[in-house]
Amino acid sequence: MAKHILSVLVENHAGVLSRVAGLFSRRGFNIDSLAVGVTENHDISRMTIVVDGDEYTVEQVSKQLNKLIDVIKIKRLDKHESISRELALIKVSSNAATRSEIVQLVEIFRAKIVDVSKTTLTIEASGSEDKVAALEDLLRPFGIREIVRTGIIAIERGNRIMKVTNNEESDTNG
Amino acid sequence: MKMTGAEAIIRVLEAENVDTIFGYPGAAISPFYDALLDSSIKHILTRTEQGAAHAANGYARVTGRTGVCVATSGPGATNLITGIANSYMDSVPMVAITGQVRSDMIGTDAFQEADITGATAPFSKHNYLVKRAGDLPRIIKEAFHIASTGRPGPVVIDIPVDVQNTVIDFHYPEHIDIKGYKPTIKGHPGQVRKAAAALQAAKKPVICAGGGLITADASGVMLELAEKRNIPVVTTLMGIGSIPSDHPLHFGMVGTHGSPTANYVLHHADLVIILGARVGDRAMGAAGALAKKAKIIHIDIDPAEIGKNIYVTVPLVGDLKHILGAMLELVEAGRNTEWLGGIADWKRKNSKPASWEANGQYAGNGSQKSYIRDKSDVSDVSDTSDVSDASDVADIPETEYVNPKYLLSILSDYLPEDAIITTEVGQNQIWAANHFKVRKPRTFITSGGLGTMGYGLPSATGAKVGRPDSTVVVISGDGSFQMSMQELGTMKQYGIDVKIVLFNNHRLGMVRELQLTRHGGRYSQVFLDSNPDFVALAAAYGFRSERITSNARVREALERMTASSGPYVLECLVDPMEPTL
Repeated sequence: MAKHILSVLVENHAGVLSRVAGLFSRRGFNIDSLAVGVTENHDISRMTIVVDGDEYTVEQVSKQLNKLIDVIKIKRLDKHESISRELALIKVSSNAATRSEIVQLVEIFRAKIVDVSKTTLTIEASGSEDKVAALEDLLRPFGIREIVRTGIIAIERGNRIMKVTNNEESDTNG
Repeated sequence: MKMTGAEAIIRVLEAENVDTIFGYPGAAISPFYDALLDSSIKHILTRTEQGAAHAANGYARVTGRTGVCVATSGPGATNLITGIANSYMDSVPMVAITGQVRSDMIGTDAFQEADITGATAPFSKHNYLVKRAGDLPRIIKEAFHIASTGRPGPVVIDIPVDVQNTVIDFHYPEHIDIKGYKPTIKGHPGQVRKAAAALQAAKKPVICAGGGLITADASGVMLELAEKRNIPVVTTLMGIGSIPSDHPLHFGMVGTHGSPTANYVLHHADLVIILGARVGDRAMGAAGALAKKAKIIHIDIDPAEIGKNIYVTVPLVGDLKHILGAMLELVEAGRNTEWLGGIADWKRKNSKPASWEANGQYAGNGSQKSYIRDKSDVSDVSDTSDVSDASDVADIPETEYVNPKYLLSILSDYLPEDAIITTEVGQNQIWAANHFKVRKPRTFITSGGLGTMGYGLPSATGAKVGRPDSTVVVISGDGSFQMSMQELGTMKQYGIDVKIVLFNNHRLGMVRELQLTRHGGRYSQVFLDSNPDFVALAAAYGFRSERITSNARVREALERMTASSGPYVLECLVDPMEPTL
């Protein structure tokens, strides 16, 4: 099934995340990832949710999310009209013999070494999901000890912005 | 103006024109109850918190106003849950106020602590845990706004006891602006034109009337539209009352427990206009097949309902009164003679006379016996009537029963036009839905979505409080009745004049029937043969009561019940094998 990116503006207060997460579980929708952080307006947070499903599912997800009072606005981001990034921290086994090879790979991917020990290297990588996955793939032979990923965040290309408009009726008629 | 949080709550309730609340006190809500003493708001003390929630629901459904219920923290709050979920499923405006343990104790598993905002998130329209007393006026005003507008529903406000005690500078917000809540009211003009054109072009249209019509007070304009083009109307369970039962365009309730004619009309139409209904599985289970055969216009105030369970040709979001009013202007009068004639033919060929009508004798659906043995039995009305008699159920001959369908079909003869019926859940509910003659919107009150046993009696007390001048009758069964019969105490305390028609078949009849049809008659835990003596039980509360055991007694018993003032229990012995349909 296809992956869809939803950008969701929500009230920035306690309980909102659990409402959104609860909605997904009780209606049987699958979340691939969910990333949340505060926006330029500190009363409002922005969630980037990657949903796995067909058209019907994504429409239902959007409509049900819209019903939550704490959800202010939802926008489906077109893959080609938006930029999406994920940050990953990857701890990989290394020793004197393998260290330079790993460093080369990291350079090719424009990633960074952020920590080093006698037996490990920790890499910070960011980019599209595919890029992070490719780096992970190439590092696997060295022995990946741990990976932490943020999930995708996304923003539209060009001058389009997503903001709260007042006195707006919810997006409804098809 | 300085006042405590508790006083502020009362002030806002008064500003929202709340005249009655239903509740049950406790430690964590005690500052509220103290402040309530200085208010003109009437409080009805129910016998459980669930009773308070159902009563608030009944109050809301008959008045169209927001029902209010109150409970303490922990078990008080969790007891409200069924009532909150029930209101959510049936889109009933309700504000539920719960006490909570002290703010600094939250999360410590304190005595009588329960996370009620977490627990009710799946089935409340919104909820609040109030952290600052200064927020109380805004939050309560918002709660009433959210509960009563758009698609109505329950809103829970959880208020820690220290927040209720905190002194605040009271400011009543005149306006509120909730960024994420702007319900669509007016229908999209282009879609309204499309819907009107589809209606104009249809050869075999049908209106499927849901509960949303009643909520929107749009039954009248729906009827105007139906009459203008002679469109047959079928209803969902929640839509009962949107059209008078005896209206020539009314063809009954759809669904698994609906009338064959209603289902025939629905599934042979070329255009189905779904109004304020969510295409639930019990009402329109074969929605996929339906959408293949017919065009579908779906009008609802909740965009999430449109396209959820059925593919829709013309989706339309907004308030039904606005939209139907606009459509009424756009369509021309029509006759639909051929379509209505076809339905009448089908109905003639396929409907059987009701069992109690055949030869003037009740033939008994469930067994082969004839219960009225001869005419002398019918005329002999005096000596077997056991008014307020505590005679043993075992003494009554097995062959003597009341046919509930017969009683319900004539009940309206004894009631004023604006009389309110509430039902329990089970066979009694379906018997009432299919046989009682409903005449007005907001007079048929039932638990549609959640199907909550024990709803009928407390919702009737709420209905009577909301509409004190209307006769209120509960249609009950022996199973459901025993889930809320402690509310007889509430009726007694406040002299709430509710009439109870209790169909006693000594079974959980709906489940028994299911076990017969789906499990080969292996009956499991459906027997209630050791029921209490309900007539004596009513008498213990000081209510008039009567038990009848034959159809011959029904008319006089209904006359006695409706003529008496004060609560009344009419127990009717029903054949355990009496089928639902």
